[in-house]
Amino acid sequence: MIAHAIFFYVFSIIAVISAIMVTVSKNTVHSVFFLILDFISISCLFIMVGAEFLGMIMLIVYVGAVAVLFLFVVMMLNVAQQKNQWFISEENSGHIPVGLLISAIIFFELIIVIGGWKYKPDLFETTNLITNEISNTHSLGQVLYTDYIHIFQISGMILLIAMIGAIVLTFRQREGVKKQSYLKQISRERSEGVEVLEVASNKGVKIDD
Amino acid sequence: MTEIGLGHYLTLGAVIFSIGIIGIFLNRKNIIVILMSIELILLAVNINLVSFSIYLGDLSGQVFTLFILTVAAAEAAIGLAIIVVYYRNSGTIRVEEIDKLKG
Repeated sequence: MIAHAIFFYVFSIIAVISAIMVTVSKNTVHSVFFLILDFISISCLFIMVGAEFLGMIMLIVYVGAVAVLFLFVVMMLNVAQQKNQWFISEENSGHIPVGLLISAIIFFELIIVIGGWKYKPDLFETTNLITNEISNTHSLGQVLYTDYIHIFQISGMILLIAMIGAIVLTFRQREGVKKQSYLKQISRERSEGVEVLEVASNKGVKIDD
Repeated sequence: MTEIGLGHYLTLGAVIFSIGIIGIFLNRKNIIVILMSIELILLAVNINLVSFSIYLGDLSGQVFTLFILTVAAAEAAIGLAIIVVYYRNSGTIRVEEIDKLKG
């Protein structure tokens, strides 16, 4: 239990500090690095608490895909050089204290809710109880492909639509680039490619093109 | 202090959630950091769901965390695509200069 507490505090302190650094870091590339650190700490917490599959998936999806995508876009858009100013106009940005105030109020509301939270034991009836006989991944798969199969399919459709949307948004037709047109090549007829000419001897022909 | 319960994890989730909201409000640089703050908020929600799932012994929370992960990945892809298109059209993604809608 002591080890659990020590690891919890280490990982959560790293997570909170890196989350703060994501928001206040002046360089966007550093923000992405701290975001990666945050995801890794939280996935360590998940693995520690017993949700191994989600921890690993979080490593793969967030660190391997999303954070690298962020890093790619940051490098491609060349916004890392806009790091000189933190607040562009300090005098007329009057909504920053309001934002801080609202964030603090939200935080204290959440803390109050957590402090007063009590779990009523007979509140719910569940069928997806966690058992220690099979592993976390095994039990997740058992409910994911049976009880939640429709939601699972819908999430697959969401990913497909997101992929199509991203491609459609960023696609552009460039001018002056020579490309193969397969349709044109396949639909070429013999009559428009080859012509049979009567050639008189010693005269030759003149082909107009 | 050494007994780590549900409240500790929920507090961690609340702290990260608030930091994400502060990041959205405070950010004056570029819009990519706002997307990263949204990712932080979704991460806090995931922490809440997973800790409730573990401490109530119910597996549904982890399944829903999986779906939140899916939606977060889709949202990041679409958002970054929109940012790339906007940068190509207008040359900037600074938050103060994005005022085409005159809001």
